[in-house]
Amino acid sequence: MPHASPRIELRTSPHVQSGRTVEQIMRNVVLALLPICAFSVWQFGLSVAALILTVTAACLATERFFNWMSGEPGTLSDWSATITGLLLALTLPPSFPLWMGAVAGFAAIALGKALFGGLGYNVFNPALVGRAFVQAAFPVSISTWVPAYVPGRFSEFIPTSFGVPLMLPPDLGRWVSQHMVDGYTGATPLARWKFENQVAGAEELLAGMATASVGETSALLILACGLYLAVRRFLDWRIPAAVLGSALLLALVFHLVDPGRYPPPYFVLLSGGLVLGAVFMATDTATSPVTPRGVWIYGAVIGTVTVMIRYFGGLTEGVMYAILLGNALTPLIDQYTQPRVFGAPRRKAPEGKA
Amino acid sequence: MGNGKRETRNPTPASERWFERFPFPVSLFPHSSFRPQTFDRGVHPAGCKSTAGTPIRRLPYAPRLLLPLAQHIGKPAVPLVRPGQEVVRGQPIARADGFMSVPLHAPATGVVEAVELRPSARGPWTETIVLRVFEAATQEVLWAEPRDMDELTPSGIVRAVQDTGMVGLGGAAFPSHAKLTVPKDKPIHTLVVNGCECEPYLTCDHRLMLELTDDLVRGIGYALRAVGAERAVIGVEDNKLDAVAAIRSRLPAGGAVTVQAVPTKYPQGAEKMLIKSLLGLEVPAGGLPSQLGVVVNNVGTLAMLGRLLPAGEGLTERVVTLTGPGIRRPGDYWVPLGTPMRYVLEWAGALTPGPLCPSGCSPGGRGELEVILGGPMMGQAVASLDVPVTKGVSGILVLEARQIARDAPRRSYPCIKCGACVGACPMGLNPAMLGLLAARREYDAMGGEYHLGDCFECGCCTYVCPSGIPLVQQFRVAKGVLRERAAA
Repeated sequence: MPHASPRIELRTSPHVQSGRTVEQIMRNVVLALLPICAFSVWQFGLSVAALILTVTAACLATERFFNWMSGEPGTLSDWSATITGLLLALTLPPSFPLWMGAVAGFAAIALGKALFGGLGYNVFNPALVGRAFVQAAFPVSISTWVPAYVPGRFSEFIPTSFGVPLMLPPDLGRWVSQHMVDGYTGATPLARWKFENQVAGAEELLAGMATASVGETSALLILACGLYLAVRRFLDWRIPAAVLGSALLLALVFHLVDPGRYPPPYFVLLSGGLVLGAVFMATDTATSPVTPRGVWIYGAVIGTVTVMIRYFGGLTEGVMYAILLGNALTPLIDQYTQPRVFGAPRRKAPEGKA
Repeated sequence: MGNGKRETRNPTPASERWFERFPFPVSLFPHSSFRPQTFDRGVHPAGCKSTAGTPIRRLPYAPRLLLPLAQHIGKPAVPLVRPGQEVVRGQPIARADGFMSVPLHAPATGVVEAVELRPSARGPWTETIVLRVFEAATQEVLWAEPRDMDELTPSGIVRAVQDTGMVGLGGAAFPSHAKLTVPKDKPIHTLVVNGCECEPYLTCDHRLMLELTDDLVRGIGYALRAVGAERAVIGVEDNKLDAVAAIRSRLPAGGAVTVQAVPTKYPQGAEKMLIKSLLGLEVPAGGLPSQLGVVVNNVGTLAMLGRLLPAGEGLTERVVTLTGPGIRRPGDYWVPLGTPMRYVLEWAGALTPGPLCPSGCSPGGRGELEVILGGPMMGQAVASLDVPVTKGVSGILVLEARQIARDAPRRSYPCIKCGACVGACPMGLNPAMLGLLAARREYDAMGGEYHLGDCFECGCCTYVCPSGIPLVQQFRVAKGVLRERAAA
């Protein structure tokens, strides 16, 4: 029997959509970050597991708090705060006190994201805002390093993890000397190069033996996870390609000019946080350009500035500031790289854009 | 009409081959020799062209046909009949009102009941001839004046085209004779024949190319003579290679008419995109194809002209694709113009509840349907089932509630500036920026620096948006505001 009058849905075209959602993209980025987290836990033990959980929980709690403050529906389900938490944890040293990690998580979401209006409106990568905040607030803790593969790392915490505010930190040096082989200097490969002119070998960097932040020890694993995201098109492959490509090219030029003073290009690529930053931080969609040409320029700026800071700046590592600078330039880059309209001979940059 | 036919598989389109899914943009190697030339960007929606394998069937007459006087762009036709008057199939019942207008012919033998206001697909009620069809009405056309096409001059052909009441059957419903009228200062050298049918679900042009191949080739000949062009290029998407082969086997000797497969990519069938793909030319922004000496016609239009012109008949029926998960008897049908949507849907089983669809949905089961005239990307949803099939309706797509819920994102997120829309816009616009401006109601900036006027509402940006932002919809609002401001 025919229905007398079925209910008619009325919408305007297009009536179909690709089915891809923000939630799906973010969930896959979280998935891609999990192997990196797991690897760092295996390297550094219980303390890193606790640090990752603490930072992520702080981010989620802060996000929830601002949802409640603004009376908006919860935005935890879009996974973006989880990404911020995981990424932020991966940029911190393994021995970072948990309470400082919580502060970093709060700063990332509060100052980096909520203050601008939440997902999509932030100008800077929230994880890097959190990291910059604690770098300024806790300069000693953020530059204190412990070795990887310490025996007993799954049965005891690194003593500084449970440091408390306003108290003298536990003696990390004694703990390290108790557990570790001889010759441990407590300096990252970049610092050793900068201050002692020692270039770490590629095998040391690739095997995750280097002294580094939680998630910066395995370039190969990070690249593999990034490749998964790129193939499934959850990530713009052009940004890491531009960052790493420009850094490599610049490093190669310097190395050829003065091999004694400047390290070989592989060292620039594999040391520090360049790969993690290029694959997971520079690619944050909200803070990177949307135009095809803009994306290449943005990536090239980040790669170039990173190498410049490392070679000529006072700091040993420059990825964080390079990406933050790239974020700041994004609106400008977008404005001057508008795509050419079909049928238009050449496109002027729009003037007086809001 | 069994399920076996519905499972007919299309050959895998080139665009769905594995290397096309690799995350490198087409624009990286735009003119390399191993890739057929096409336009930049665009999207690849699922084809869903399950009706392509079934021959065109015929729909019976509805008891009443509703014939709006305005089925085309331009001035409405002027009725020639009074209520109570009997007409035969093919008889003119309304005449063209000036140049930008076309006549209307009776699709069936019957009696005119009324000339009154009736709902139209666009919403407002418009003047409509209501025709009650005689029960034993024949499908034979009873009113025709066969003509010798070889004797006609170009302007004679244009007049004959107007007499058929032909409009662009691809959906635009632009009067065909106006398109074939060439201004003296802008000669036409190439006729582009659009056989892309890039909209998902639709297969009526595909079936026409297979079944009315001779009519199509004849129609192309008439159009070439009318515009005085020396060559014609037929562009067909490469998911319809059987149509390419069928046409190629019937082409006249001499090489003036060629057929070319173009990559399957939406919106390949948009005029400007197809010209770019076939000829490598870009229609200037804000301009028309005639500026390049090119005119574009749809295959369906030319096939019908090839059939109607020599016979001297008027346009009384057209091929419509009845499809979608909500339809239990999908296929391509010859539908008499004026057939009410309700009749079509009842006949196709869309209004009958029951678990029959292979995808597991139950058409009309929850009583929620979306009825779309045209394809899913640019088609128009109708608010009332009492609107008729008009000359511009290429397909009737019925989506049911579950499909609607599955395709639309559950919620919308803020713009995360992923740039997917920028990578999809075939016109090279920046929909992300346009969307942000629309949210702030900065319509003047949209129209000025960001070239909103070049948007032809293909819907690619909305299709890809992971945030579920209704970009095209916002652009339509903005265009409306800008039109009002320009008029004020």
